[in-house]
Amino acid sequence: MKASAALRWFSRCYLTLIFTLLYVPILVLIGISFNDSRNPFVWGGFSLRWYDKLLGNGNLMEAALNTLWLGVTAATLATLIGTLTATALYRYRFRGKPLLNGMLFTVMMMPDIVMAIAFLALFIALGIQLGYFSLLVSHATFCLPFVVITVYSRLTGINPQLLEAARDLGASEARAVWHVLVPALMPAIASGWLLSFTLSLDDVVISTFVTGPTFDVLPLRIYSMVRLGLKPEVNALATLLLGLSLCLLLISQLLLKEKK
Amino acid sequence: MSLVRNPFKTATLTIIWGWLIVLVLAPTLLVVLVSLMPENTGQLLGGELSLSTLWQGFLTNYGQMISPVYLSVFGHSLWIGLITTLICLLLGYPFAWMISRASPRLQPLLLLLVIIPFWTNSLIRIYALRTLIATRGLLNDVLMNLGLIDAPLRLLYTEEAVIVGLVYMLLPFMILPLYAVFEQLSRPTLEAARDLGANGLATFRHIVLPLTMPGIIAGVLLVFLPAMGMFYVSDLLGGSRHPLIGNIIKGQFLQANNWTFGAAISVMLTLVMAFLLLAYYRSVKLFKREVTL
Repeated sequence: MKASAALRWFSRCYLTLIFTLLYVPILVLIGISFNDSRNPFVWGGFSLRWYDKLLGNGNLMEAALNTLWLGVTAATLATLIGTLTATALYRYRFRGKPLLNGMLFTVMMMPDIVMAIAFLALFIALGIQLGYFSLLVSHATFCLPFVVITVYSRLTGINPQLLEAARDLGASEARAVWHVLVPALMPAIASGWLLSFTLSLDDVVISTFVTGPTFDVLPLRIYSMVRLGLKPEVNALATLLLGLSLCLLLISQLLLKEKK
Repeated sequence: MSLVRNPFKTATLTIIWGWLIVLVLAPTLLVVLVSLMPENTGQLLGGELSLSTLWQGFLTNYGQMISPVYLSVFGHSLWIGLITTLICLLLGYPFAWMISRASPRLQPLLLLLVIIPFWTNSLIRIYALRTLIATRGLLNDVLMNLGLIDAPLRLLYTEEAVIVGLVYMLLPFMILPLYAVFEQLSRPTLEAARDLGANGLATFRHIVLPLTMPGIIAGVLLVFLPAMGMFYVSDLLGGSRHPLIGNIIKGQFLQANNWTFGAAISVMLTLVMAFLLLAYYRSVKLFKREVTL
């Protein structure tokens, strides 16, 4: 018994230690963003001056709006196609199903950098100008498997006879899917969308390759700013982004939990 | 059912296949093709194409990889990736086990705490880390105030900083698959081993380790592969002195304009991925076979 108590004490310490290491940098950054002093580690009192400065930075704000717009559209596209894919994988027999599964799996496992140059090569081969469109298509593609997995895992919990009943009552396939399947899948669809949105906001590697001069996105702008040194308004921006992703995560967790 | 005309099915399958063929299959094949181009003309697909020129291209581009200059760079990058993976495994394995043994009430909270970093912007987390370990950063401040060091340590722009950064980024990806296998590991199995006279070490070697192997390999896959590619981690924490394979590929594509060589490196990276995936499937198969026996 003594040994197991010691073990429990040890594992409590270990868990705390690792979590502390994971969270200290983020928490320090949040603290610094409210620090009035220019020296980040000398507390000069609470202030929102960096947030003020952030709002005054036109370039950064424009990049932020671009990123949000890209995230919303890419996530929507990925969710649409991903939901269709999950439905097809669940409902239909068709040729090449293993190939389809394989491609989705590859997209998920492939290192970002490999996917990035593949996209770049494709856009150049097709003569597509790099900018919003190339970013949209690439982001939607790398988010796709995550939507498929989220939606598919929920589909397996749905009674297939529900859909057959709707079909027998005379609904077309599209109507049956829209009125029976989609409402039942809503939590998973929403959570897939949120995950896609987050992934799109987070991406640096693929965006670096497929972005063009006409469309500036936030991660790349932050990247070029912080390479040159500490920028207090980036701390403020980082805090806002952290808050946003935390909210999205919590919503998504609640959505998935609701109907378990 | 399948005899009835089903326009919805046709439309759905067309969209999916169209999307995946154009945006996944075609670009992948394109990269392979580019990696076989005999000479780098600064364009994507320059020069004439025939079997003999492709063979020549293969020899040139893939041969360039085994030149001493690149071999040492690759070796260094692989080393960083391997050390990162090993540290993640050593830290994550006990961690995942402890979470799986925590009280059921606490478990969802602990898991959420592991997932949060996955949802937060990775660039921002690296930036936060950089702020901490900078020469005039908080860590040096604290160490000096404690009297442990006299002068600020040079932590940033070192190989260690890159490794710490990668571990910080990728640890959750090691913990989650390990947690999944630990959760399935049943207590009766472990108790049976004990009852049959196995001590702690023997139980671990013959029961726990084989049963968690799929999780270990999945975690290695999810850590090692991204660790090769995250060029911004090495840029922001290691300066330009400790490049990852990602930095090399990026350099070939965006600066040196040497597409053919960049594509060849990327194909090699994909092959490493395929090899690891194969190992993963084999371990899952073995795992299942052992259970059914």
